[in-house]
Amino acid sequence: MNKLSRRGFLKAGGGGVAAGAAVSVGAVVASPEARAAAGAILPYEEKVIGQAGKLTVGRPVTFAYPDDASPCTLVKIGRAVPGGVGPEGDIVAYSSLCTHMGCPVVYDSASSTFRCPCHYSTFDAELSGQMVCGQATENLPQIVLRHDEADDSVSAVAVDGLIYGRVSNIL
Amino acid sequence: MSINKDRLPLPPADARKTLMTCHFCIVGCGYHVYKWDANREGGRAPHENALGLDFRTQLPAQSVVMTPAMHNVITGRDGRRHNIMVLPDKECSVNQGLSSTRGGQLASVMYTPEGAGANRLKHPRQSTGDDWIDTTWDRALAIYGGLAKRILDEHGPDQLMFNCFDHGGAGGGFENTWGTGKLMFSAFRTKMVRIHNRPAYNSECHASRDMGVGELNNSYEDAEVADTIIAVGTNAYETQTNYFLAHWIPNLTGESIGKKKEWFPGESAERAKLIIVDPRRTVTVTVAEQVAGKENVLHLDIEPGTDIALFNGLLTHVVEQGWHDRDFIAAHTTGFDAALAANRMSLEETSRITGVPVADLKKAAQWAYAPKASGHRRRTMHAYEKGIIWGNDNYRIQSSLVDLVLATHNVGRRGTGVVRMGGHQEGYARPPYPGPRPAPYIDQEIINGNGMMLTSWACNNFQTTLNAEQYREVVLKRSRMVKAALAGAKGATVSETIDIAYEAVRNGGLFVTVIDLYPVKFMDAGHLALPAAHPGEMNLTSMNGERRMRLSEKFMDPPGAARADCLIAADIANTVKALYEKDGNAEMAQRFSGFDWSIEEDAFNDGFRRPEGIDSQGGGTGHLVTYDRLRAMGNNGVQLPVKEYTGGKLVGTPMIYADYEFSTGDGKAHFKPAPWPGLPEPVAKQKSKYRFWINNGRTNHIWQTAYHDKYIDFRRSRYPMSPLEMNPGDAQSLGVESGDIVEVLNDYGSTFAMAYLEPDIKPGQTFMMFAYDNGVMGDVTTEWTDENVVPYYKGTWADVRRVGSMDDYKRTVSFKRRRYG
Repeated sequence: MNKLSRRGFLKAGGGGVAAGAAVSVGAVVASPEARAAAGAILPYEEKVIGQAGKLTVGRPVTFAYPDDASPCTLVKIGRAVPGGVGPEGDIVAYSSLCTHMGCPVVYDSASSTFRCPCHYSTFDAELSGQMVCGQATENLPQIVLRHDEADDSVSAVAVDGLIYGRVSNIL
Repeated sequence: MSINKDRLPLPPADARKTLMTCHFCIVGCGYHVYKWDANREGGRAPHENALGLDFRTQLPAQSVVMTPAMHNVITGRDGRRHNIMVLPDKECSVNQGLSSTRGGQLASVMYTPEGAGANRLKHPRQSTGDDWIDTTWDRALAIYGGLAKRILDEHGPDQLMFNCFDHGGAGGGFENTWGTGKLMFSAFRTKMVRIHNRPAYNSECHASRDMGVGELNNSYEDAEVADTIIAVGTNAYETQTNYFLAHWIPNLTGESIGKKKEWFPGESAERAKLIIVDPRRTVTVTVAEQVAGKENVLHLDIEPGTDIALFNGLLTHVVEQGWHDRDFIAAHTTGFDAALAANRMSLEETSRITGVPVADLKKAAQWAYAPKASGHRRRTMHAYEKGIIWGNDNYRIQSSLVDLVLATHNVGRRGTGVVRMGGHQEGYARPPYPGPRPAPYIDQEIINGNGMMLTSWACNNFQTTLNAEQYREVVLKRSRMVKAALAGAKGATVSETIDIAYEAVRNGGLFVTVIDLYPVKFMDAGHLALPAAHPGEMNLTSMNGERRMRLSEKFMDPPGAARADCLIAADIANTVKALYEKDGNAEMAQRFSGFDWSIEEDAFNDGFRRPEGIDSQGGGTGHLVTYDRLRAMGNNGVQLPVKEYTGGKLVGTPMIYADYEFSTGDGKAHFKPAPWPGLPEPVAKQKSKYRFWINNGRTNHIWQTAYHDKYIDFRRSRYPMSPLEMNPGDAQSLGVESGDIVEVLNDYGSTFAMAYLEPDIKPGQTFMMFAYDNGVMGDVTTEWTDENVVPYYKGTWADVRRVGSMDDYKRTVSFKRRRYG
């Protein structure tokens, strides 16, 4: 049984969250500002996940973040959208696990939505994963991205929202 | 949007675990509430947390539903803080571990000073005429009881009017329907009561009941073994979600074929065919097509209000084909020939009226009523809801549907049933209603200036009634007369306040009391507000759409001074009783006696468990049910009526009418003539004058949860305003885009909505979310009702015009298509 310290047990929006998970030595921890922007407080590691120039509109790319057990999808929408990075502000990424019961969502490029085949939830890739219809109580977690103009790399820096099947996004 | 939502505390292994049935919709999914100290959390190893799951690694899909919305931190009246987590119960036969988007937020809606509940009514409130102030229970009850007594003594009970719930779940349940019912019908003895969603005291299913067929006559399991399901005016994916997901889908995929073979040896067993009758292509249609394949789903998109023609055409065709059950009709029914003669309609005429091609009508009849390959009679379940309950003549539509069901013997056999899908859970136990049938049309009584005192109890008819604009205008005007009087009387004592209010209501004013969880829209007209409780804050029993009764256990205090509704009813009765005792009026004091309740269980024992002489959905065996026995039955509870208590278990009734003893005097089911009537005159007039049919109903996000949802960002950011689905071509002709605000207007009023373009909406039709606070659809419905004063909410026509663009909506609301696939 863990006993949370007063300092480590913060309260916000009616939900309890804890800080202070271990940080692996040598990892690059995303800046506090980047994490705060996502409402995230865990010490996420920054991870390069692609090159902006190599992405094609409507062709999703899979990656894992913040660890190998968490599948995610990177998409280039084709127009600037909330949370979008890159030269056009149109590159976004989301957890691929439906927040309802963890089934892998499928990206539909025609509508820029993610659909869950288990209980038929739909999430809007152009609007921070907002649930369009379905049985989840949370939007699809959006992966906070950073685009480095120097080398055109796209990095994941944090996760906005709880990934299915975890009590903490960092295991 | 989400803030710090990437971490949750786990319930420790010793967390307190109690039962909760989701109190939002009829399905009544089973949940467990885990409660533990705010300064602790369980560990991630399986033995360290109450869920027994290993959170040290990623859980596989469908292991659990556990989201931030399912967690909260509550503060008790003693100041102690606790974590709560409300998770679906895998052992509950109803939902089998599933949660809907609404039930999944049960923890979020529980009171916490920082969350949605911060908006709750916490103390009795009194209007000073120009302001609301907190007051004590004693003062509030003294004013309420004193004024009610004075009106009762001097003008009789007809001047005491109520808008009151009659259902189960939140704002209802056997305890609260009994408490309020005993107050209204035994103590005040008023007949001037309307039910939360209709303007008189009536049933939504009079016809079915009159024909001897109670409307909840099968089990959810029957949907798993039906050969065919006919779904009429019901959008189950969005509004009975886990019934649809857990019980219909296994039949649509063929997963339940094994169960069919086991239950019905020798009969052909295939995956179900699904026939959906709805003018609108609903989300359910699209999900069903994905699941079952389009070849197994038949969508009959009838013209609005033509259900009767459809059922009558099918009945005629079925009899012509010889698919009706002559033996059953002869042995167990009356009136078949007369009904057939009255209802007779050719398929060609049916097609002309409904707009459905003859080939599809024949296909529907074949799917639903032709004998199976094995020669056995088909088992077809008929499920219906607001599409016909709020249709163009509730009584006649149900008559024509049940005629078809009886002719084909689709009741009393497993895999059949003619059932409403339901709105709220049920939970009715009241003394007999003291008025006639049809009951008085209370809204019209109020509009006509009748009634001196109106109590709005867990209702909010400013946003949920028909002809709402006129109703609201009159109630506000009459209420303002009382407010003006109160505002002019500074420093009034209780007695003086009663005098002032009495004089105002004697001169046409209306004194309004709101008893509710939140300061709802109706409080705009209010003079008193009394804070109520909901499940979790009180023990409450209800039954779901298969009559499954469960106990939702209290695990926290109501906020502030809030009280359970049944105890508020008792407080009122006891207040009035004391006044009569003071007068030395023993006879009247006796009428207000029998409310010596200190906890909800007292009300349960007084009503549900003493069913003689009352109307109770528990029937005559309610006395067998106790809180302890229900608690022992867990989230599976017992299906009413209870047959016996044996071996420590309550034994219930899965299928009604399996014995063919129908609920009539002679025990036979009664056919009822139901010829096609066309549209009612006021509705036909709107149709002739205005361009768009304003169809209306609920959405997946907001369904009997709106009273909470307006405070919950996940919901409110999705629907900041009532959405109005429109055909894109129509929208273009009006210069309307998604996210624009539009006005919807006709002879009855005007309302406003957020345009949401949807290609599946037919030209000339729209679909607006019903009963929302920001954009009240009822403002444009007519005042027309059927013979039992059941409204035709679904039937109105109006024009739509663009007000302008709301850039914030366009930026923050998704206008992607809601239909799946």
